[in-house]
Amino acid sequence: MFKLLKKFTKKDLLLILFCIVLIVFQVWLDLKLPDYMSEITVLVQTEGSKIEDILLQGSYMLACAGGSLFSAIIVGYLASLISATFSKNIRQKIFEKVESFSMEEIKMFSTSSLITRTTNDITNIQMFISMGLQMMIKAPITACWAILKILNKSWEWSALTGVAVLILIGTVGLLMITVLPKFKIVQKLIDNINELTRENLTGIRVIRAFNAEKYQEEKFEKGNTQLTNTQLFNQKMMSIMSPVMYLIMNLLTLGIYFIGANLISKAIFADKISLFSDMVVFSSYAMQVIMSFLMLAMIFIMYPRAAVSAERMNEVIDTEPKIVDGKGQKNTKTKGKVEFKNVSFKYPDSDEYILKDISFTANMGETIAFIGSTGSGKSTLINLVPRFYDVTEGEVLIDDVNVKDYTLEQLHNKLGYVPQKAVMFNGSIKANVSYGRKGNEKITDKKIKEAIKVAQAEEFVLKIPDQYEHNIAQGGTNVSGGQKQRLAIARAIARDPEIYIFDDSFSALDYKTDYLLRTKLKEYTKNATSLIVAQRIGTIMNADKIIVLEDGNCVGMGTHKELLKNCDVYKEISYSQLSKEELEHE
Amino acid sequence: MSNAENKTASNSRHRHGPGPGAFEKPKDLKIAVKKMIQYLQHFIPLIIIALVLASLSSVFSIIGPNKLSDLTDKISAGLIINEKNLKLISENITDNLKEENLQELSQHIFNLQLDAEKMREIQLSSEIALEEKIKFREIISATRNNSQELIQKISSLSPSTKNIIFADKTYQDVLITAEDQIKYLDLISTMDSENKSTEMIEKIPASIKKIILPTYKINNKEITTEDKVKFLSTMSGAKDFKNPTKIYKKLDKLPNSIKELIEPNMDFKYIKNLSLFLLILYLISALFNFIQSFIMATVANNFAKELRQKISIKLNKLPLKYFDQNSYGDILSRVTNDVDTIGISMYQSLGSLVGATTLFVGSIIMMFATNWIMAITAILSSLLGFVLMFIILGKSQKYFTARQVELGKLNGHIEEIYSSHNVVKAYNGEKEASEIFDQLNDNVYECNRKSQFLSGLMQPIMAFIGNFSYLAVCIVGALLVMNNNITFGVIVAFMIYVRLFTNPLSQIAQGMTQLQTTAAASERVFEFLEEEEMEDESALTKVLTNQEAKGNIEFSHVKFGYNEDKVVIKDFNCKVKKGQKVAIVGPTGAGKTTMVNLLMKFYNINSGDIKIDGISIKELTRENIHQLFVMVLQDTWLFNGTIRDNIKYNKESVTDEEIWNALETVGVDHFVKTLPNDLDFELSDNEAVSAGQKQLLTIARGMIENAPFLILDEATSSVDTRTEELVQKAMDKLTEGKTSFIIAHRLSTIKNADIILVMKDGNIIEQGNHNELIKKKGFYADLYNSQFES
Repeated sequence: MFKLLKKFTKKDLLLILFCIVLIVFQVWLDLKLPDYMSEITVLVQTEGSKIEDILLQGSYMLACAGGSLFSAIIVGYLASLISATFSKNIRQKIFEKVESFSMEEIKMFSTSSLITRTTNDITNIQMFISMGLQMMIKAPITACWAILKILNKSWEWSALTGVAVLILIGTVGLLMITVLPKFKIVQKLIDNINELTRENLTGIRVIRAFNAEKYQEEKFEKGNTQLTNTQLFNQKMMSIMSPVMYLIMNLLTLGIYFIGANLISKAIFADKISLFSDMVVFSSYAMQVIMSFLMLAMIFIMYPRAAVSAERMNEVIDTEPKIVDGKGQKNTKTKGKVEFKNVSFKYPDSDEYILKDISFTANMGETIAFIGSTGSGKSTLINLVPRFYDVTEGEVLIDDVNVKDYTLEQLHNKLGYVPQKAVMFNGSIKANVSYGRKGNEKITDKKIKEAIKVAQAEEFVLKIPDQYEHNIAQGGTNVSGGQKQRLAIARAIARDPEIYIFDDSFSALDYKTDYLLRTKLKEYTKNATSLIVAQRIGTIMNADKIIVLEDGNCVGMGTHKELLKNCDVYKEISYSQLSKEELEHE
Repeated sequence: MSNAENKTASNSRHRHGPGPGAFEKPKDLKIAVKKMIQYLQHFIPLIIIALVLASLSSVFSIIGPNKLSDLTDKISAGLIINEKNLKLISENITDNLKEENLQELSQHIFNLQLDAEKMREIQLSSEIALEEKIKFREIISATRNNSQELIQKISSLSPSTKNIIFADKTYQDVLITAEDQIKYLDLISTMDSENKSTEMIEKIPASIKKIILPTYKINNKEITTEDKVKFLSTMSGAKDFKNPTKIYKKLDKLPNSIKELIEPNMDFKYIKNLSLFLLILYLISALFNFIQSFIMATVANNFAKELRQKISIKLNKLPLKYFDQNSYGDILSRVTNDVDTIGISMYQSLGSLVGATTLFVGSIIMMFATNWIMAITAILSSLLGFVLMFIILGKSQKYFTARQVELGKLNGHIEEIYSSHNVVKAYNGEKEASEIFDQLNDNVYECNRKSQFLSGLMQPIMAFIGNFSYLAVCIVGALLVMNNNITFGVIVAFMIYVRLFTNPLSQIAQGMTQLQTTAAASERVFEFLEEEEMEDESALTKVLTNQEAKGNIEFSHVKFGYNEDKVVIKDFNCKVKKGQKVAIVGPTGAGKTTMVNLLMKFYNINSGDIKIDGISIKELTRENIHQLFVMVLQDTWLFNGTIRDNIKYNKESVTDEEIWNALETVGVDHFVKTLPNDLDFELSDNEAVSAGQKQLLTIARGMIENAPFLILDEATSSVDTRTEELVQKAMDKLTEGKTSFIIAHRLSTIKNADIILVMKDGNIIEQGNHNELIKKKGFYADLYNSQFES
């Protein structure tokens, strides 16, 4: 937490200092106020006091109240400024950090965790700062000041106030001990209810097909009852909180008055009046003390959550991306050449190699395909080209230059990458296809249309009323899987890269579209090199070179026909998909 | 492309709906509230009890301070001297020292011997000078009839003369010696009648003092002459004791008898009783408050539970059409967020809203009942604050809503960029992403700052308004007191009413906003609960059991459309005999699930008929039809739970042996055995079970369900090739002996199918077996050839 707070700039700290000064001023005024109030009360009480006197004291009191209001407004303004600025800056910092991460760091944190860290965690911190900043400064100051003011009045009163504070802290503490852990359970139970509902929704056809409605309802009821009972327990416990708080405050006042009555009656006459006014003042200060402790208790309740959030944010900020720009390489002699030299790869935290000693070369215009079962390392291999990961051993060369020697931007400018899961951004189709930057080149509308046409997406794009301007929802929820994939491919085409990387990018397409797309693409990009990962034999049959992977090893390399003859793994895969007749039809 | 397939394919991400901070207005508050009451019906008695307790507790809050101010009065009474006794004493002393009294007394005090014998003695005295003697004679002769004057004149005579004239005297049992008389006479003669200084009084001889300031009795307490003198001397003159402030200062020095009489007296018994009363009041109030929120917690949670349960049951009563048209995220958020909002605000705001309103109204009534001028003063002086507060509330609410929207956008962007990290990197999109991020971040910052600032203003402004009203009440009150319109107690009471009156306002305002949000949330929940359900089938009595069913299906003139006006299947005829395989093929988005929807009676056909073994599906219940079919779909629907639970699902009589058999048939028995706890292994999002294995488990589930018909989706995307082989083998086993409808992806399936239904744009465009269709050279032939052409 404190580490995170160090991220405050000098200006912020200056503002905070100013806030503290203002809050001290405000507390002073707030504590001064009861004095004037009792003055006025006395004046009103005394017969024959002049209205001018009341007005004078009244104007003092109003000045106090006004001053307090004024400084409260300024403090409020500054606090909101500080916390909003802080959260804005820290959010930006984290966002930029995450952008600089390589796949390795992303995987380490997991995407969803990073999202929570950039959104919810920051909101938590911001709430803590905006509330805490004022409370954390104000409460102790008020408490100390008020205590100082009343400490020497009478030990009986002080003792009573002390007891009240203890009871208060005890109650809050007890509640927190019993209820806080349950709050976490409630969160889990809510997740459970969510999960059950999601299950009901996604499986609606299955549930109905199996006539399992009752079964699901019972399951839901169980979760529902659990949630309700836990929540009910919590709320019932919390129901004690507010009555007890008020009771403590009321009884404290009553107690102070009652003790006061005793003290006054016993005192010699000269002390009586001052005792009485002490009593009134004490009771109002005692309230301030109680309120301050209440605020402090609140901070203690809020703190653990904020601290956890802060911790999680620090983790992100402190993580340095492993993959950074190389020294840069502007011009290369060759174009479209990809070479793997004895490449081995393992994740840093694991002992097992995902790829072992892979070597191959792809020249300009060639299509290289990778096939193998899940976990054979196809995607990992292809991810080494855009440096999503760096090789553990060996080297990856593009146009005879090690990928590590390019800046990331230079490297990516050469590539057209289409991921396994087609990614769509919130925005028009046009914006999605022309996504990203390639040096200073601007992708023209003509280019976009061409790319869409080649990617076999024109047919459906033109059917939509807004056509190229059609807005795609976040995550591409308003286009189908196949459409998304085609647009993702169009995005790569529009970039006009030297090297295409297709990571199982045709899986959602039907055979016909798949075929058409590849044919047109081949025509369109004669000079580009393609690296294709695929599951379907049909997709890769015509590649110039097929590399068969199994458990990270290259177990076969050659054309379709060659491999059918000499690679068992390839044969096995092929036969599972096509009949012999079809395979030989080729 | 069909609506249905689009939605199933779409990834139903949980949207960033408006969170608890957002402010939402219901479409129609009245209806929402009405419905709310309807749904709450059997909770109403409890709610009423809770609300009554809440108002009672508020009423106590009004009484409490009133009594506390009584207590203060009683204690402060301990500071005020007994004015009545003081008055009596001071009047008595003043009377004692009055001129008339003194003159009258002087007749009794002085004993003048002016008979002939004394006269002669004076005349004969050798000590007395001649002039003196003459003077004496003159005085006697001049004032023979006026004793007052005589005494005055006598005082001017020489002491020796006086010694002769005065004689001892006893008056009221007090012996007044001649000497004393002379002393006294000398004193009065030097003393101005108006200026009886205390020193003089002190000098008066004791015997005479006793007569002038006799012992005075009040309440059986004696104030002796000495006390009176002491009193006078302490107060340094009679003038002072009319000034109370001077008395307060000197009270401790006064003689005990007087001190005791005028000392402030606290009614300790009354204070004790009052304290006890307050203690009980506070305890009861706290108890009521506790019971109230206890009840509300119970009601709110049980109501929320009921709503969730209703939603869960409702889910199963809605036609599939509903789910195809509404996003999962939306339904999901109704179950959780909306129901939560309703529950929490019922628990938190309903009680406090009623309490605060009672307090507000109660204090207004009390104010007007006490004094209308003061009441108006109090209300007017807080009015400004209220207006200000509502303006701020409105403004901040606007920013809160905007903040929620902007935050949603920002979070959406973050989610988008993070989850597309590889593409962003590979396309050098970081700068662009950062630019959008900065823009959105700035927007959030602005809204954040403003909403926070404005909402933070409320409390200090309310505090100020409280102080301001306090002051206004004091000043107006003081003016009224001066004109004797009201007593001081009224002001004290108003000081409290003003606080009571201003405090609940922010609570009421907050409660109202929350109530509106709740109304909006409940509107959505009720809307869902009142969605049109599937038609009732209780009238259908025909039953076709699995044993009776042979496995024939006939489609005749089937016409169907997801919307009335957009028919996708125009006139479909087809006879499927027992054990035949029907392959459904077509490009992505051709509407292949439509067939599933119709067969399973998920959707009703517009016209025409589908007959199972000669019985129209219109005559069979959905439940019956579902029993006749085994359905294995592409999305491997497994829930969090053990493998056993997932496979036996809702069939309770399934033995472990049967499960193992099914697992063996599909070929995952070995795999399951390698898992910890084998059948009891908990399936969740863990990666121990691959997508292919999940698909195999789903098939095993289908195996357990032994039915004459099968619906199978062959798609095996994201399954590696080795497992795919296993899956396909399992699928083949599943189709054995069953009349099967297969959404086909494998050419071998298609080629071996008895009937191929070719679908495009939702319609069935071709129908026949592989060879027939190839010969036809239509869409199917095209589709088939495209794959292996080069």
